[in-house]
Amino acid sequence: MTAPGKLAKILVVDDEMAIRRLLRGSLSRAGMDVVEAANAREALAALDIDKPDLVLLDLGLPDRDGQELIGPVKASRAALLVVSARDATAQKVAALDLGADDYVTKPFDTDEVLARVRVALRNRLLADNTAPMVCFGVVEVDLAARIVRRDGAEVHLSPKEYGFLAELARYPGRVVSHAAILRAVWGPGQEQAVEYLRVAARGLRRKLEDVPVEQSVIRNEPGVGYRLML
Amino acid sequence: MNTIRPDPDALLRTIDRQDSTRGRLKLFLGAAPGVGKTYEMLMQAARRRDAGEDVVIGVIETHGRAETEQRAAGFEIIPRRAIDHRGQTLHEMDLDAIIARRPALVLIDELAHTNAPGCRHDKRWQDVEEVLNAGIDVYSTLNVQHLESLNDVVASFARLHVRETLPDRVLDHAEIEVVDIPPGELIERLKAGKVYVPQEASRALAHFFSHSNLTALRELALRRAAQAVDAQMLDYLRAHALEGTWAAGERLLVAVGADAGAQEVVRAGKRLADSLSAPWTAVHIETGPASPNLASPAPSSREELSAALHLASQLGAQVATIPAGGLPEGLAHMAADLRATILVLGQGRRRGLFRREALSAQLAALGLGAAMHIVPCAAAPRRPTAGRDGEFDLAAWLFPPGLLISGALIACVTLAGVLFSALGSVTNIALLYLLPVMLAATRYGLWTGIVTGLISSLAYNFFFIPPIHTFTIADPQNLITVVVLLAVVLVVSHMAGRLRDTAMLSRASAVRSSALAGFARQLTGIGAAGELGRVLCEEGAGLLGCYTVLLMPHDGALAQIAAIPQEITLQALDRVVAQWSFDNRKPAGRGSDTLSAAEWLFLPVEAGGKALAVLGVAHPDAAQPVRADLLPMLTSFLDQAGLALDRIRLEAERGHMRRLEERDALRAALLSSVSHDLRTPLTAVVGLLGDLTPADPEQERVLNLARAEAERLQRFVANLLDMVRIETGAVELHPEPVDLAEAVGSAAHDLRRLLGQRSLAVDIAADLPLVRLDPRLLHHCLINLIENAAHYSPAATPIRIEVRADADGLDLAVIDEGPGLPPGSETRVFETFTRLEGSDRKGGTGLGLAIVKGFAEAMGLQVRAANRADGKGARFTLRMPGGLLWKENDRS
Repeated sequence: MTAPGKLAKILVVDDEMAIRRLLRGSLSRAGMDVVEAANAREALAALDIDKPDLVLLDLGLPDRDGQELIGPVKASRAALLVVSARDATAQKVAALDLGADDYVTKPFDTDEVLARVRVALRNRLLADNTAPMVCFGVVEVDLAARIVRRDGAEVHLSPKEYGFLAELARYPGRVVSHAAILRAVWGPGQEQAVEYLRVAARGLRRKLEDVPVEQSVIRNEPGVGYRLML
Repeated sequence: MNTIRPDPDALLRTIDRQDSTRGRLKLFLGAAPGVGKTYEMLMQAARRRDAGEDVVIGVIETHGRAETEQRAAGFEIIPRRAIDHRGQTLHEMDLDAIIARRPALVLIDELAHTNAPGCRHDKRWQDVEEVLNAGIDVYSTLNVQHLESLNDVVASFARLHVRETLPDRVLDHAEIEVVDIPPGELIERLKAGKVYVPQEASRALAHFFSHSNLTALRELALRRAAQAVDAQMLDYLRAHALEGTWAAGERLLVAVGADAGAQEVVRAGKRLADSLSAPWTAVHIETGPASPNLASPAPSSREELSAALHLASQLGAQVATIPAGGLPEGLAHMAADLRATILVLGQGRRRGLFRREALSAQLAALGLGAAMHIVPCAAAPRRPTAGRDGEFDLAAWLFPPGLLISGALIACVTLAGVLFSALGSVTNIALLYLLPVMLAATRYGLWTGIVTGLISSLAYNFFFIPPIHTFTIADPQNLITVVVLLAVVLVVSHMAGRLRDTAMLSRASAVRSSALAGFARQLTGIGAAGELGRVLCEEGAGLLGCYTVLLMPHDGALAQIAAIPQEITLQALDRVVAQWSFDNRKPAGRGSDTLSAAEWLFLPVEAGGKALAVLGVAHPDAAQPVRADLLPMLTSFLDQAGLALDRIRLEAERGHMRRLEERDALRAALLSSVSHDLRTPLTAVVGLLGDLTPADPEQERVLNLARAEAERLQRFVANLLDMVRIETGAVELHPEPVDLAEAVGSAAHDLRRLLGQRSLAVDIAADLPLVRLDPRLLHHCLINLIENAAHYSPAATPIRIEVRADADGLDLAVIDEGPGLPPGSETRVFETFTRLEGSDRKGGTGLGLAIVKGFAEAMGLQVRAANRADGKGARFTLRMPGGLLWKENDRS
């Protein structure tokens, strides 16, 4: 747990010195404490010694498959952001399913990385006592009362639409994989039924967004999952 | 309820008859020459010609009849081919010309005609088969006595043996029309000179045209036609599983011997089988003393046997040769195995002093379950007896080696007896003589045994029975001893002889099995077709004692893989024969019925209904044919070889697949490593440039430029890698149901910085069906299309994206208001590194649209580029076929 006022500590795991240097610069300027590791061995040591609040993990490591580090990172209760190549959709989905909080695609934009890091850190704080009320833009979701309001007026959602939205609202700003939503809302065994999500997302957009194509509330991450925009 | 399943064989036969790609045969069947078959055929052909069909005459014999000639005059006639045969020029039908001419219907007279040597087929009916296979209808004529199965029947009453015969099965596929006039009228026509009779045969024919003969022939023709129609009807009933009259489930077994009457028995069997609509099997029981080197009966009877078995298979029988200890035992066993209900046997008049019990009686005694149908034969069937060899060797007959050795043994035994008798009792000496008898019978056969027995009894009498040294026997008791000795000798000889025959037979059979097993074992170790060819040629040459050559397809033609002896080269004609055999999967060449003028006999090597190779065999002495009786054995070898070749082919294919997979894996690894190595430094460069704080406006300008260029390089690398993926076929597809509106939204979001203030007008109906696509590939397609539209249109103009549904699918269009495409460049824009001429924006990589095309086609979409019909600008369309649309019941 990061005490208030104390700097968040970020562990950057990447075998490329230039990338570590770039991330260190951006994160330090944003007021975070950065620790670096060039391979899996160093990363495991840093997990023990430095006890980071968040790990930025490149999945392509020289000495081990980056996915093997997901377990130890989760066990240390640090938030986890994976960094992976643009086309490796399957790798991203697998990492999310293993427990990664979010992902960043290489080549990345440093501003985007910073935004994701902030979201993940905040969610980590909320993880223990999920906020009963999540607000984004003009929409608010009352998770305790199971009520959704837009501009203060209650919006009627179907049970699956509500479940979908509530699942995203539990991790605002963070991508949730197709399989995770389907498992949580439609139940185990339905992880492949992406068409249910498409239909539910269509319904939610019609009810909550002004211009559905702008995806101002529910963002689609092609081939990976959905994200609630803050 | 008892439902009837369609009989697959019958179904195939009816399909065969209805097969639209194969021509149809109509046969004008007559009882005798002169009934007007050709005339009737021309009449009917004229009707089809007048109806507008393309009808030609392939060959017609008018025999100078004016009416017929007049009828034929209106048709196009394919000229006959001249064939030079021993200085004589013969004119035969030109098969190739007919097939090349491709009429709808061709008239081919006299189906039973035998072609001149040098033609492709021996018989005209084989030519007709080929014409039918080419999809051309045929009208033809036939006299009933030319039918193979009726040949002897006709010969028996008309005393006219017809040499030109054709197999009955030709009739099975034909439409039959009987051309019939009453016998009296025909005789009138003959007398009036209206029937063509060759000069040299006029007397024989005059006898032939008697009232009684003609009546009998007429009956035969009508009956045979009725039978064929009946069979076709029956096939139809069975094929369509209709309840109807059913054959009683008879099954015929025809015993074929190695004698002159064998063919007669086969024909009788065929007639009976036809009239009962029963399947039939011709079997030869091999009882002869086959020696271990697979020798068989004498050449003359071997030919008879081979001819009879060949005839049987021509007539549609299953053919088998089975080794057995005895003829009746073998037949009874076979009959039981096949569950035959009728056994057809030939039986000649019995001659000679020692008449054996008739075969039928022996079979009855064995408890044969089948009824017997006995065909009287002119020539007595040669009964298989031990030691028959056909050729007569006087020296060997006078002094068989076995007899000399037996004589020596008798001498020894006699000498020993004399010594014993000097010591005491005489009575047991008779037993001593059993020794040479047993030995002679077991080692040298029945007759040597009997002769040894006779000599033994004489020697015993001469040396030991008082009065000694005479052949007289004084004491009647001693007479009994001699008689009993003789009887014992006979029985023992007979039994020992039988034992020896059986042992030899089983040895021969074992040699065959072990030869086959040895061959199969040799094949298992072989991994290359060339080596298999060598082994097959060696084994074939060893088996038949002849030359062999193996040909396999290579680059579309047959190439010689192996040969024994190796220096053999095939003549052009033989190559043609080999090709025919390979293409038609039938034996061809010498001794077969196709292209028999060739020196070689070619046999196809098949597996899984496909010819894989063809083996040629030829006797070293070109005048001799190869041994027909060993061909079944060779065929077994070829079956084994076919399986092995198939296996080799599959292994090669699997190896090829494995190499492809390895290459793919290597390529994927290389791609991911290259993309990592290119992207990582670029990411760092772009990021680090962004981190720098410019000191003055000039530095800021330079930094922004550097960053923009680095970002361009980044996009170019990404596109280049995508292109490599497409061109090497490494695009992986993970399709899932996609909402097009959502996909467009994601693309627009990713492009928000590029688009800036530009408006994106999206027109997508809310209730469109989902589409099964790879979301990542679609995302890249959309990004590239929108980027392209942004590059090629003024900054103030909007970009439209619309989706329209029609009956067969969806069209997603990206529409700009730029200058549009130069005329003629609509397909060129999708080529790699194409940029549009006359455009002032060159910010793209020249790969964007090529990537769109590559990804879209990988997902099963079509891409189209066109100028807008309703104004200035270009329109790029992704066409989603109906098959990709998600249906409610796609997931069950």
